[in-house]
Amino acid sequence: MLNFLGKRILQLIPTLFFVSILIFSLQHLLPGDPALVMAGEERDPAVIEQIRQQYRLDRPIPVQYFYWVKGVLSGDFGESLRVKAPVLSLIGQKLPVTMQLASMAIVIAFLIGIPAGIISAVKKGSAWDYGANLFALWGISTPNFWLGIMLIFLFSIELGWLPASGFVPLSENWRANLASTIMPAFVLGNAIAAILMRHTRSAMLQVLESDYVRTARAKGLSERSVILKLLSGAVLTEQIFSIPGFGKLIVDAVFNRDYAVVQGVVLVTATIYIALNLIADIAYILVNPRLRA
Amino acid sequence: MTDAALTAFPAADIDEALESPARRALRRLLKRKGAVVGLIVIVTFILLAVFAPLVVPYDPIATSWTLVRKPPSAQHWFGTDDLGRDVLSRVIYGARASLLASAISVGIALSIGVPFGLLSGYRGGFIDALISRITDAMLACPFLILAIALAAFLGPSLGNAMIAIGISATPVFVRLTRGQVMSVKVEDYVEAARAMGNPRWRIALFHILPNIMPALLVQATLSIAAAIIAEAALSFLGLGQQPPAPSWGSMLNAAQRFLTNAPWMAIWPGLAIFVVVLSLNLVGDGLRDALDPRER
Repeated sequence: MLNFLGKRILQLIPTLFFVSILIFSLQHLLPGDPALVMAGEERDPAVIEQIRQQYRLDRPIPVQYFYWVKGVLSGDFGESLRVKAPVLSLIGQKLPVTMQLASMAIVIAFLIGIPAGIISAVKKGSAWDYGANLFALWGISTPNFWLGIMLIFLFSIELGWLPASGFVPLSENWRANLASTIMPAFVLGNAIAAILMRHTRSAMLQVLESDYVRTARAKGLSERSVILKLLSGAVLTEQIFSIPGFGKLIVDAVFNRDYAVVQGVVLVTATIYIALNLIADIAYILVNPRLRA
Repeated sequence: MTDAALTAFPAADIDEALESPARRALRRLLKRKGAVVGLIVIVTFILLAVFAPLVVPYDPIATSWTLVRKPPSAQHWFGTDDLGRDVLSRVIYGARASLLASAISVGIALSIGVPFGLLSGYRGGFIDALISRITDAMLACPFLILAIALAAFLGPSLGNAMIAIGISATPVFVRLTRGQVMSVKVEDYVEAARAMGNPRWRIALFHILPNIMPALLVQATLSIAAAIIAEAALSFLGLGQQPPAPSWGSMLNAAQRFLTNAPWMAIWPGLAIFVVVLSLNLVGDGLRDALDPRER
């Protein structure tokens, strides 16, 4: 087991190296002089010179990369050109909001997906099973931004039950916080509920019908994609409900041509994903005795 | 069939025998109602997209100040938008952007992903380790976030959105191809091909690739569904199709501002995305079951 873990962790080093290359090389996709493009509307030569200095754009690319990685490793993700604040502190401000949304989404997904999966497996072939499968298909086929817009139309405009946008922090007022996050959390959780339902169903069927051993081939999506769905889904959901989280940070950064922020967000999401995957692998080993040997 | 017929047309018989797996898969696919409905819907949308100029009732980009945000009526079945444009015509033209972008981006992903996957799975060793770690690195960046970042750095346009979605979808195909190759390459027929002295590239292209096509076909169908959502998402954020050209995503973006008094602007483009994606998922699921040799 230690052997496996050691190998697993060693493999992370080249993966992280390539992640860093990937994110670093983004800025070289910019057409023309990157310093000029990064400066955007700003035409002040002093500012452009400062950008050139900050990114060492006048130095060879490997040198630029070296300094960039050195900065990242010491917690310096660069400076937001628009907000004039360190990228890391911006991320630190926005991440908790997205975390709250993601946790609520996972709770909602579990509350819907697991019972639906169990019922459809136990009553395989019945109307319940049929309904649950339709729900799963609906869940993975609905674009979450459209679902968000439709929920706003129904619950905010037509019924007037929930605010259409405007996030209230949990620390200020928990009721208002809940009202402002329940719809986006449902939108995020919906697709994950569908994945969970299919997983639960096939896992249950495996146990229930031992002579009909079906391989637990998840239809189309593995459990890892839950994390990716959450992270990707947050971008659009936060945009629609104007929630000042991680996803809104990257979209705003894209439009402000705040490239350091875009890079920082991609780097942090990739790191979160890699870390959660490692935890999932360790959990598998701990839970499955056959792997522990 | 009589013995005489067998000896008279041996070549045709062999042809039939070779064709049977694909035919059997098609027969099984057509037995699934969901997949058949999905196929019909997709073909309908493709026809609408191809013949858009012939079928649209109005010019999709012609604005009219007297027709701003009119609800659905006999003249404008889906209503009109904030600039007085016909929503139905825009939805039909939007199918062009959506289908074209998703097909091209999955084409990009296949043409990069499959060769690297073949190389990785067949050669093994250092090349395999290198390609696998790069794939891991790309998979670690969430699909949409990577596509957004790429589109942001490349600049907003439908072409760049296709490239961004294609690159983001590539690692899935590398990994799938690699895994398939590794399970197929120990089969007897590959061993036989090797024993006969076929060069490696020949074995990879003519003995391994045809046998992993079913898995690639299923994944490609599901990836097109994901690419349609990704294109709509990028266009929704303003990183895909640029105005005034219609696309489902950008129509939804505009619709969000007029939800109170013109909800039909949001309903139809979203429904179009949903119906196409649902159909592709139905066909993908159906194909998977139809091509699965374990299921009879």
